[in-house]
Amino acid sequence: MDFLTLIQLLDSTVRLATPLLLACLAGLFSERAGIFDIGLEGKMLAAAFFSAAIAALTGSVWIGLLAGITASMLFSLLHGLASITFRGNQLISGVAINFLAAGLTVLIAQDWFSQGGRTPSLMGGARFEPITLPFAEAFGSVPFIGPIYQELISGHSILVYLAFAMVPLTWWILFRTRFGLRLRAVGENPAAVDTAGVSVVGLRYAAVMICGILCGIAGAYLSTALQAGFVKDMSAGRGFIALAALIFAKWRPWYALYATLLFGLFGALETRPDVIEALFGIKVQGALLGALPYVMTVIILAGFVGKAIPPRAGGEPYVKER
Amino acid sequence: MEVMPKWAEVTLVPLISLLLAAILSALVILAIGEDPIAAVNLMVTGALGSTYGWGYTLYYATNFLFTGLAVSVAFHAGLFNIGGEGQAMLGGLGVALACLLIPWPHWTLALLGAAGAAALFGAAWAAIPAFLQAKRGSHIVITTIMFNFIGAAVLNYVLVNLMRPAGSMDPATARFPETTHLPTLHDILAPIGINFSKSAPANVTFLIALLACVLVWFLLWRTWLGYEIRSYGKSEPAAKYGGISPTAITMIAMLISGGLAGLMAINNVMGEAERLVLNAVEGAGFIGIAVALMGRSHPFGVLLAAILFGFLYQGGAELALWTSIPRELIVVIQALVILFTGALDNMVRMPLERLFLMMRRRNA
Repeated sequence: MDFLTLIQLLDSTVRLATPLLLACLAGLFSERAGIFDIGLEGKMLAAAFFSAAIAALTGSVWIGLLAGITASMLFSLLHGLASITFRGNQLISGVAINFLAAGLTVLIAQDWFSQGGRTPSLMGGARFEPITLPFAEAFGSVPFIGPIYQELISGHSILVYLAFAMVPLTWWILFRTRFGLRLRAVGENPAAVDTAGVSVVGLRYAAVMICGILCGIAGAYLSTALQAGFVKDMSAGRGFIALAALIFAKWRPWYALYATLLFGLFGALETRPDVIEALFGIKVQGALLGALPYVMTVIILAGFVGKAIPPRAGGEPYVKER
Repeated sequence: MEVMPKWAEVTLVPLISLLLAAILSALVILAIGEDPIAAVNLMVTGALGSTYGWGYTLYYATNFLFTGLAVSVAFHAGLFNIGGEGQAMLGGLGVALACLLIPWPHWTLALLGAAGAAALFGAAWAAIPAFLQAKRGSHIVITTIMFNFIGAAVLNYVLVNLMRPAGSMDPATARFPETTHLPTLHDILAPIGINFSKSAPANVTFLIALLACVLVWFLLWRTWLGYEIRSYGKSEPAAKYGGISPTAITMIAMLISGGLAGLMAINNVMGEAERLVLNAVEGAGFIGIAVALMGRSHPFGVLLAAILFGFLYQGGAELALWTSIPRELIVVIQALVILFTGALDNMVRMPLERLFLMMRRRNA
């Protein structure tokens, strides 16, 4: 495998890891606050549809992004209502959200565009175009570093840079601010937070809404940057891979980056069977490679390679003492 | 003290939830510019207006019965088995292997053998998540989700590389031999003078599903094991104190659950397709969640809910055929049912409880 192939492979790794990373950080906020969220997939899908649909109608990708985030936050609100206000089962709520999004997106897409559940292809200002970083052209001829800068680091859409910037930001919010300390506390011991006079309900809603925003960006990235338009079920299990990555990362922001990059690499390899064959001399089935993130997560969950311990109050509705 | 009488608990709560889901679905149909009343009429005539419609309704209901029972048994043990989809997929593999490898002399024997293989494969696919939950404390919901995806990949690999007949482009097995074909409801009902549609896929498996319903009821409420499963699900510390082994109950409940989900394959793989194709389960594993929630995890409730969903499924197909309403409407209805009967259960229950308290005070 030559250097250019490697760069191409890593480039598509970054592209494929971006939505995983955003969704993974979204889940991180929610689960650190004690709200399990298996509805990441549905929120991404809803955001992907609404950002593509509104971008197609208005011609502006930014309005589309806003619409996507709004849709995702509405689903988050529903999840909050079910799991915080009405103290329902968070897992069942997540399942419902996934199906609601899968059904509604196709239903509305068919009603608005009549194209078999897809949106029209997005062009021009209705898409996030790749950004060429300064001096990318000039550096391009420098050996080794030049191609890395020009091909790998430069030339992504703004959302990719945003996603990577979210990693230190999430770390800072969670581990260096008062809000972050309280958010983590509410996921470990909500009674203590309540005793300190801080609203458990308020904190959990805040966490769930942040989760909605990040899922919204992830979904918008799928339909307006990675691809040009929405197609039925386009999230294709990415929400669940993000969930797997979250466990793999043991609910930590920097590990989330590494886990999603690793799973992104698997995704990139799936589309390049020739590279695997050249590297290992064996033919690996794409389908089996696609299942690798899930297998690895099960192994991690089994505790054979380091134990993943979720936030202690995760999944438990909080009932104030009377 | 129970606030609500038992009858209200089992009838009012699900019915009001269903009503809310129906109202919202009607609003969705209105919003996309169709007439909800006409839609319901079309669904009723399409799904229940002919023996052909009934044949499809009961065929789907059979699938949902198995997966609904699977989710219910796990629910009783306090476990949320979201992996019915993967377990039913693997059950299909078991059926295909049993039908293709063994030369069965008669369909009754083939049915027994294939059912055994289906249950075995389904249970095996539930065994690893169950073991990890029981022994390593990893959350069963997450592991069963992962196993759905792993199962899909395994099946894809097996169908494309191992079981595909030479020269075929289709990722599917060869057709099952003639002796393994199950009699349809037409074949069963013709001798007693009922002319049931010949082309509908409902088959003898429906009767087996009904039998499974009774057996699950008997297991849960009339046996020692069922008592242990239910008490473990109600309170783990109390069950432990009573000498019930959490590991054993988790494993047994999940194996039964996975076996039931796997059994679905004798309906869709052996009874209908008569070969194993990719995506044979078509989401029935997930509909089992809605069915179990709506049926309050009671086999009789599950039966009613499964027939309701069978009706919705067949009716939805008719809608997609004759109107501009896509099949995904059913997915929305399914989501709303899960939402109201599962996650927003308290939203329906709290006002009802208040109502009953008020009535009791007035009477006192």
